[in-house]
Amino acid sequence: MTALLQIRDLRMEGRRPSGEWMPIVRGVSLEARRGEVLALIGESGAGKSTIALSSLAYARPGCRFTGGEVVFDGASVLDLSLEEKRGMRGRRVAYIAQSAAAAFNVAHTLGDQITEGPSVHATMSRGEAEAQMADLARRMRLPEPDRIGRKYPHQVSGGQLQRLLAVMAMSCGPDLLVFDEPTTAIDVTTQVEVLAAFKDVIRQSGAAALYVTHDLAVVAQMADRVIVLYGGEIMEQGDTDQILHAPQHEYTKQLMAAVRPPPRASSPGADLESGRQPPVLSLQGISAGYGGVKGGKPDVQILFDVDVEIPRGQAVGVIGESGCGKSTMARVISGLTPAFEGEVGLDGKTLPPDVKHRDKKDLQRVQLVLQMPDVSFNPKKLVAQALGRPLEFYLGMKGAERDRRVGELLNMVELPADYAGRYPHELSGGEKQRVNLARALAAEPEVILCDEVTSALDTVVGAAIIKLLESLQERLDTAFVFISHDLSTVASFANRIVVLYAGRVAEQGPTPRVLSPPHHPYTRLLLNSVPEMRTGWLEDHRATREAEQAMADVVNIGLTGCPFHTRCPLMIPGTCDVEKPPVHRLTQGHRIACHREIDALANPPSPVSDDK
Amino acid sequence: MNQAADTATAAPAKRRFQFPPLGVYGYVCVLILVFWIVVALFAPYIAPYTESEIVTGTSFAPIGAEGLLLGSDYLGRDLASRLVHGARTTLTLALIATILAFLLGVITGFIAGIAGGWTDSVISRIVDAFISFPTIMLALLIVSIFGTSLPALICAIGFIEATRVFRISRALAVNTMTQDFVEVARARGESLWWILWNEVLPNAFVPLSTDFGLRYTFSILLLSALSFLGLGVQPPEADWGSMVKDNMTGIFVGAAAVLLPALSIFSVTLSINFLVDWNLARAQKDISDELVK
Repeated sequence: MTALLQIRDLRMEGRRPSGEWMPIVRGVSLEARRGEVLALIGESGAGKSTIALSSLAYARPGCRFTGGEVVFDGASVLDLSLEEKRGMRGRRVAYIAQSAAAAFNVAHTLGDQITEGPSVHATMSRGEAEAQMADLARRMRLPEPDRIGRKYPHQVSGGQLQRLLAVMAMSCGPDLLVFDEPTTAIDVTTQVEVLAAFKDVIRQSGAAALYVTHDLAVVAQMADRVIVLYGGEIMEQGDTDQILHAPQHEYTKQLMAAVRPPPRASSPGADLESGRQPPVLSLQGISAGYGGVKGGKPDVQILFDVDVEIPRGQAVGVIGESGCGKSTMARVISGLTPAFEGEVGLDGKTLPPDVKHRDKKDLQRVQLVLQMPDVSFNPKKLVAQALGRPLEFYLGMKGAERDRRVGELLNMVELPADYAGRYPHELSGGEKQRVNLARALAAEPEVILCDEVTSALDTVVGAAIIKLLESLQERLDTAFVFISHDLSTVASFANRIVVLYAGRVAEQGPTPRVLSPPHHPYTRLLLNSVPEMRTGWLEDHRATREAEQAMADVVNIGLTGCPFHTRCPLMIPGTCDVEKPPVHRLTQGHRIACHREIDALANPPSPVSDDK
Repeated sequence: MNQAADTATAAPAKRRFQFPPLGVYGYVCVLILVFWIVVALFAPYIAPYTESEIVTGTSFAPIGAEGLLLGSDYLGRDLASRLVHGARTTLTLALIATILAFLLGVITGFIAGIAGGWTDSVISRIVDAFISFPTIMLALLIVSIFGTSLPALICAIGFIEATRVFRISRALAVNTMTQDFVEVARARGESLWWILWNEVLPNAFVPLSTDFGLRYTFSILLLSALSFLGLGVQPPEADWGSMVKDNMTGIFVGAAAVLLPALSIFSVTLSINFLVDWNLARAQKDISDELVK
């Protein structure tokens, strides 16, 4: 049987800002067969998406085809007229983008947008299209499949939207599906559901699929075959198991080495001191939110009665899904969002809640590093100016002394000192994030707040940043608060972990204690949702009762009871949904907020695929 | 998006100054503007007569007649001299008015955008109230209250244009203030004044300078319109708008006296407009290149 899609010796070029063209895809050949999922992996810039899009005969703005051919179902598609290409796109080949939020038009209902494809290609009537949409939505396990078409994009959650994007792509019954990092932007607990739904529909429809991702654990779940790309060339290809477990090529081996270890307790000895260290920073009963304050409470409350202590010189990881209040916590500590209740203490001294009322000495001791390297710098200022300002502002350095220190700081973050003369846009994302760290280090702080500092970066680049943080933390006596939605990242680096759920602390303690039972049920769900690097994990995971419970998919930010009760497999009706959970205080500052007894939390409620 | 390209493109070693690729029309526009600037600067030395001197008994003498380069106007004054003096009056008045508009508009706009809350609401609603008037009506109102002296004229135009400048400045300030680098500065404990001067202003400079060009043309047009209505520059002083008005009757004989001042207004505003558009397109290209990278 001939392959559905054949790409032969594909060559493409991209245009640099300076105007010259440079090759970005250098002679790639691949085949995709029906009923098979072919994964394209590699770091960003490897040409994964560009190659995947070529199967739609599409080159992104600033790119062009220069050689080779793309044969889809026996016909060469690159030379088709625009009209013919349009007939093929969406109907026979469908594309599922990374950001579902950006892929839907917020002004139209989901139903209108999903049935647009069948209407445009005239494959079925509106009524049939709607019936089919409901059917696909059901198969994607979306809530209320018959009514979801009447909703607008902002009325459903991110995970649901991603699945709806797949429904839209499937609506014309395409022969080839192109997934472009479809789960990169969503939380780990949601990712499991989305992956499972994708897998089901691919199997059922018998279509071929190209799956672009940089997440190898996802590859293990989804793909039959894998192609490893680097710099627009194929490094290695083979069956998923072979690539993951017996890589041949040097680059593939390197990729496998960069994979973060699964979150498991690693060094149980390291934490014993942490209980004794006096905290450098402490949050007591912090409640905070946004909007106008009425009756002592803000319009939108984000944090509820949060108690956290940051020991001197240690790394504390804060973990939770998007919207749980992680970033707000960092903003409360730095004073950008003043808490309306509770106290932020620095070395035993209570800080004023608002940054405006704090004095320079206190501000110097706590520094903030933000998530997006691209917008963290004033585009009109040189690196030297960005780093020089805190030196001047806090330490009064000037002239040659300041310039020398800027060089030292750049070296500290492993960049050459002559980067001082560059503008931010002349740096890559990873380099910017290093300068971002250097700017915080310039103040010689005691606490550095890192808000999702690796989430905007590639796996490989992000891993390098984590390494840097680790070595900095070893050398300096600085405490790091590391905020992330990625448990693996946090676990590999932090001495202590704080698990936030819907603005409340679900569990906190030394890393090894948090990662081993007894767990808060939410921590357990998080741990179990991190995909493992083995095929079949997804099916095993879905067999658990917890996964069924977690399907609720709606985070409850109610004011009564435990916020997790709607998704909790251990929920006690009449208690968990009414009363605030008590906090179990275990040794070494390990605390779990749950109505259940510790014994119940120590034993898993159902057979969980915890160990291989 | 592309890491390999990213590291490769980083930092050209030298920043060379490149002559802007204006194209033929662009250089024609520059020439026109340079011509008018020189004329305005050296008006008394260039003009053969003063602006109010009556040099001939013939009204609307044609171009070149009676030794007058561009002929005469309805009172028999030298048109060339009046055009030259008019350039000085019109261009200077409009420039002062635009600078005033920017001082007023940018300062209030930035204050509103940065302070937010009540301050923003109060200033914005006041500005909205003035913006809802048609400009010419508002100008007529102000001029009829405060008289037609030159300072009053400048203040009226400056104030009206300032309401427009306010809107763009406020939007720029609000946008910049939500950027992460401003958050970082706030968390560092920087004063609002420092943030305004070091973070907001450098980023607002390109859009504001573009707007300055546009505002200047609007000021010229508004000034000319007021003069045309008889409420602007008063005779015998020459200004392009009032020259058009004074020589209106000449339109039936096709006199240069009415066409040339109009043409002058047209040439200046069109040239500025072209250059502003070109500058804007260039800035947008920079931004899109940034995105593509």
